Amino acid sequence: MRPVIPYVTAALLFGLGTYGVLRRRNAILVLIAVELMLNAVNLILVTADTTVRSQLPHGGQVFALFVIVLAAAEVGVGLAIVLQLYRMRASVAVDEVPLAEPPPPNAPAEPSAPPPATAATPGEADR
Amino acid sequence: MTGTDALLLALGALAVGSGALAVATRHLVRAGLYLVLCLAAVAGMYLVLTAELVAWVQVLIYVGAVVVLLLFAVMLTRAPIGASTDLDRPGWPAALIGGGTGLGLAALLVDAYRWSSVPLPTAGSAERIGEQIFGSWVLPFEVLSVLLLAALVGAIILSRPDIGRSPVDLAGDSRADETPAETSIEASAEGRRSR
Repeated sequence: MRPVIPYVTAALLFGLGTYGVLRRRNAILVLIAVELMLNAVNLILVTADTTVRSQLPHGGQVFALFVIVLAAAEVGVGLAIVLQLYRMRASVAVDEVPLAEPPPPNAPAEPSAPPPATAATPGEADR
Repeated sequence: MTGTDALLLALGALAVGSGALAVATRHLVRAGLYLVLCLAAVAGMYLVLTAELVAWVQVLIYVGAVVVLLLFAVMLTRAPIGASTDLDRPGWPAALIGGGTGLGLAALLVDAYRWSSVPLPTAGSAERIGEQIFGSWVLPFEVLSVLLLAALVGAIILSRPDIGRSPVDLAGDSRADETPAETSIEASAEGRRSR
């Protein structure tokens, strides 16, 4: 087995993922490109596991499994953020997100009269 | 050039080609499907590299769960059916940085390994990997389970807008519900969803 073949494949996949992250405007396509980069790292880890003899056997494959689990968690939280962004802005273009949030229009005009929080909290907790 | 090398070359070409299509296509759904092809080719490379457990976990979690989640998100954000014209930014800096990264790493690895050959280990390593995970790597494994729990709770809190706001906001929202005028961002978004 020539180890240079999977190594070069992983390097090219990482470059493609970098290109996709920088090029795409749609947040879901950015996440797809991030998945490509994570796969390139996994491929490097598994190839190194078969080519490099280490003190602990199969450390590379164990780390590849850990990275897969991390990618699953990342996609779950990332898609929750994307859906919340779509719910608020009706758009998932990442370069149209304002960094400074405008103040909400229903902010209490008179801060001296807050609603009774202790009366509202148990009712909310019961739901 | 043995059969293993030919198989690795074919699967690698398939992975790189479908990955390039996934980051270049103008159809949102097709990007997800090209990603499936790329992940399956990488899983095939794992199989050739005698990492069966990683290959099947890749098929289960990536192709089975992650891509389905991505396609769900594509559907939920009301993606158009045909080609979209507003998916990309102008591409010269991205092509420069991405191409530089990929080709630079490839040159580095080619220089490190040349055309050397390595014997593959024997197949059937799932039992040994299990021993390693639950022996040497059991602490990272447990920490990872805590991280998965945190990600689960975080995703639930993010996707439910009525959790985690202060009681002042909640009281303000209930006031806004009594009056027909929708004022807050969340209230207007929920109204748009229910319509």
